[in-house]
Amino acid sequence: MLKFDDLTVKFAGLTAVSGLTLDIPEGRIYSIIGPNGAGKTTVFNCISRFYSPTSGTIEFEGRDLAQIKPHQVIGLGISRSFQNVELFSKMSVMDNLLTGLHSTLSHNIISISLKLPSIRKTEVEARKKANNILDMFGLTRFANEKVENLPYGYQKMVDIGRAIMVNPKLILLDEPVAGMNAAETDKLCGLILHLRNQMGITVLLIEHDMSLVMKVSDHITVMNFGEKIAEGTPAEVQQNSAVIEAYLGEVEVDAEA
Amino acid sequence: MKGRIFNRRTAVVVFAIFLVAYPFLVGQSSYFMGLAAMTAIFAIAAMSLNLLTGYGGQISVGQGGFLMLGTYTVAVLSAKLDMPIWVTIPAAGMVASVVSLIVGLPAVRLKGHFLAVATLGFGLSIPEIALNWKSVTEGYSGLPMTRPDAVSSDLAFFYVILAVTMIVTWILLNISNSRLGRAFLAIRDSEIAAAATGINVAGYKTIMFMIAAFFTGIGGGLYAYWIEYVSPNDFTIMTSFFLLAMIVVGGLASIWGAIVGAILFTVIPHFADVYVGMTNLLIGVAVILIILFRPAGLISIGEIFRKNRKGQNTKAEPERFEQSSAKEVPDVKI
Repeated sequence: MLKFDDLTVKFAGLTAVSGLTLDIPEGRIYSIIGPNGAGKTTVFNCISRFYSPTSGTIEFEGRDLAQIKPHQVIGLGISRSFQNVELFSKMSVMDNLLTGLHSTLSHNIISISLKLPSIRKTEVEARKKANNILDMFGLTRFANEKVENLPYGYQKMVDIGRAIMVNPKLILLDEPVAGMNAAETDKLCGLILHLRNQMGITVLLIEHDMSLVMKVSDHITVMNFGEKIAEGTPAEVQQNSAVIEAYLGEVEVDAEA
Repeated sequence: MKGRIFNRRTAVVVFAIFLVAYPFLVGQSSYFMGLAAMTAIFAIAAMSLNLLTGYGGQISVGQGGFLMLGTYTVAVLSAKLDMPIWVTIPAAGMVASVVSLIVGLPAVRLKGHFLAVATLGFGLSIPEIALNWKSVTEGYSGLPMTRPDAVSSDLAFFYVILAVTMIVTWILLNISNSRLGRAFLAIRDSEIAAAATGINVAGYKTIMFMIAAFFTGIGGGLYAYWIEYVSPNDFTIMTSFFLLAMIVVGGLASIWGAIVGAILFTVIPHFADVYVGMTNLLIGVAVILIILFRPAGLISIGEIFRKNRKGQNTKAEPERFEQSSAKEVPDVKI
């Protein structure tokens, strides 16, 4: 579904991603893990087209993303959440979700100015959809609350909720449980599985919470210093010596026991 | 909730009836009708600016320039080419919005104070152009013009201004409460997230500039017909500053706030002009007080009353949220 071919991203002298080749199949929960600064979020920002790769290509369902502008990415069926919650903080929870549907609504200025029936109708449908998602996330009672007044865990939920408003084919989740407590993490774990199992959304996940990653992932790629150092099922990755080295440091062979 | 909407609707209807009756309440005094007509024209400009600055977060310090584009478009088309009002007024909007496109194309790439300086330059240059492009504008002596015969009296044209203002208000309310208004707010709050949700940020900024300029230009056109004379001194850079002050005092990102600001800023000079320099002093004080104590503008005072009516729960609300993050968990239904 989503293919990286020899993706390299350089910022001035720094190589953030180096020769990454990946193939994310449809209908999977695919995780990218790695220490801080490994280049994970850079990969996401390349998919969102905020960054352009220095070399290499990204293809989504056979289409080269290099030809696409950032605001057109969602039209292909790729939506995302952000690591440091990028919500519209002064808007209500409801309006945030409705904005998530922006790409699918008609924007004829004349009919909006005159509030023609077609606009009213689609607006009612959009609200219905937003209400369903609020219900799913248990956020209904906060519908008219300004997002900035919500605690962090709820804001993360709204961020994800906004991303699934458009029924994406692929969702990019950037550290969805960072800053959440154990119970919230548990709920979110169930939610990620729900996205894939019931809604048929392919999930690409970046996460530091290993319990979550190991529980939900079908496949894991481990990055360090911009390079892929390992990949495989959760069980395989856990046994991989390169991964253990990246996370825990080098094993000194001649260290005294 | 239902009662609240009903109250607002009642308030709007009462206000509209008051406006319709206004000329007779003031005995058709041309001074007081002029005051109200100027309020309406400034309200149109302030609402437009609020869509751009309050909703979209794009600061324009040159909105007075678009008012002037409107006045001169109408004056030139009407006095020199003898075109009817139903051509000149829309043309005023069109000219302003085409110019805003030309100004806006580079300006949408600028942010914050850089954008403010660019628009300031525009606002400063339009009166200078009007002063010096003598073959079209007659320079310092200005352009005299007349109203169309059908609405030539002050009373009749007052109602023309009132009707146009109401229509513009309705349209701007529709825009601001729609997906377009949401997109503007989204751009103000986070351009990155806006782009990720499919909003063409540069394109929408251009559209904002054009909508704001269009209606401001129409406001300028009405002014030209009301005064029946346009000159390069009508709308200076001070007008642009006043428009910004209006939306800050009235309430950013609120169409009604812009109207409140426009009313306040025409009422203040009415009472204060007896003393030289008092007007600017009062407006300055008003801006400072609002920024200090009610950053959401005068329009937000209504919310205090609404909250007080609900009782004490509102005060405890933020605390409840904080506790909830630790204790309870979003009730995800899956």
